[in-house]
Amino acid sequence: MAEQLNVQLVAVEEKVWSGKAEMVIARTTEGELGVLPGHAPLLGQLAEPGQVRIKLPGGEQLAYEVAGGFLSVSERGVTVLAESATPTSAAAQGN
Amino acid sequence: MAAQVRVLRQRIRSAKGMKKITKAMELVATSRIAKSQARVEASLPYARAITGVLTALASNASVDHPLLTPRERVRRAGVLLVTADRGLAGGYSSNAIKTAESLIARLQADGKEPVLYVIGRKGVSFYRFRNRPIEASWTGFSEQPSFADAREVGETLIKAFSAGADDVDSGPGSDGVLGVDELHIVYTEFKSLMTQTPVTRIIGPLQVDERPRSEAAVGVLPDYDFEPDPEELLDALLPKYINTRIYAALLESAASESAARRRAMKSATDNAEEMVEKYTREMNSARQAGITQEISEIVGGANALAASGSEV
Repeated sequence: MAEQLNVQLVAVEEKVWSGKAEMVIARTTEGELGVLPGHAPLLGQLAEPGQVRIKLPGGEQLAYEVAGGFLSVSERGVTVLAESATPTSAAAQGN
Repeated sequence: MAAQVRVLRQRIRSAKGMKKITKAMELVATSRIAKSQARVEASLPYARAITGVLTALASNASVDHPLLTPRERVRRAGVLLVTADRGLAGGYSSNAIKTAESLIARLQADGKEPVLYVIGRKGVSFYRFRNRPIEASWTGFSEQPSFADAREVGETLIKAFSAGADDVDSGPGSDGVLGVDELHIVYTEFKSLMTQTPVTRIIGPLQVDERPRSEAAVGVLPDYDFEPDPEELLDALLPKYINTRIYAALLESAASESAARRRAMKSATDNAEEMVEKYTREMNSARQAGITQEISEIVGGANALAASGSEV
């Protein structure tokens, strides 16, 4: 799969992470969802407390604990807005 | 003569001590400016993203939210004033207070009752001293505000704004709480290291600044799916947006405060230096005068002795 997502994870006080990813998995108030390249534009409120997982090309995975978050998917990429985002310990385990 | 020299020496010593303190404060302020600016910079991605999301939401959903609609009759107007916790920052706090005062005068002229919310000890003591009521105040973070501080302030303001929805002319409405119908914020804009100007902005009812964006010019924004529905999203997003705006104002004020303090401390250091120089000159000439006088006294004495000796 050549196509990749432009992902931005921004917290209020700083930009936490940005880069290319294959898939973003998050849980909105309606339910868990995974975003792949070419996903329809979407705005969602993330469940509280929510975990956002970002699958990087190459199989690695980042996970963040997100509070007060929103998810915005547009044709330009995925933006996760959060009041605070901290890496979960699962991030260390990777794949 | 010797007494004068001693007095001057003491003055020089105290001026030098003062200079050390102001110089240190200047250096601290300088490093704080850079830090505050970096934090302003770091908060920009989120601010941009949330503005983008709101714009998308506003163009898709019917915008009809209490936080967005101006009230027909504005009885009470909230004024949030951002000042410093500490002095020694030149006119920083007093300029902000002055701007707030003129805003309050304008509101009163329009028949609105101002309600004060104050951040920073300087503003609080200004109004306490004049026995003017403060609805709520927060202190202790003017130099290094965190988002948690901004959120606390924002929540209080939003609560007051929502409480104002049902107020009637005679008093509080059905909820029994007097709220506000308008929210203003007075903070100090950081223009450059040399210029900081206090400004007033309206944060309630909210005006989402829709900057002309390139995509908008190309075509309409895409149709978004919403989870949950747009109204609920707007409900959740708008308070966060207000908090972000307050946070941005706090950060900018912190940068301005440091810049104002740096400038004030720089001129204080310069003045101390000037004083040291002046006193050193005076002391030298006093000492010289003393020596000259002593010599002439000795010479005079010797001459007198010689003259009396030759007479004998």
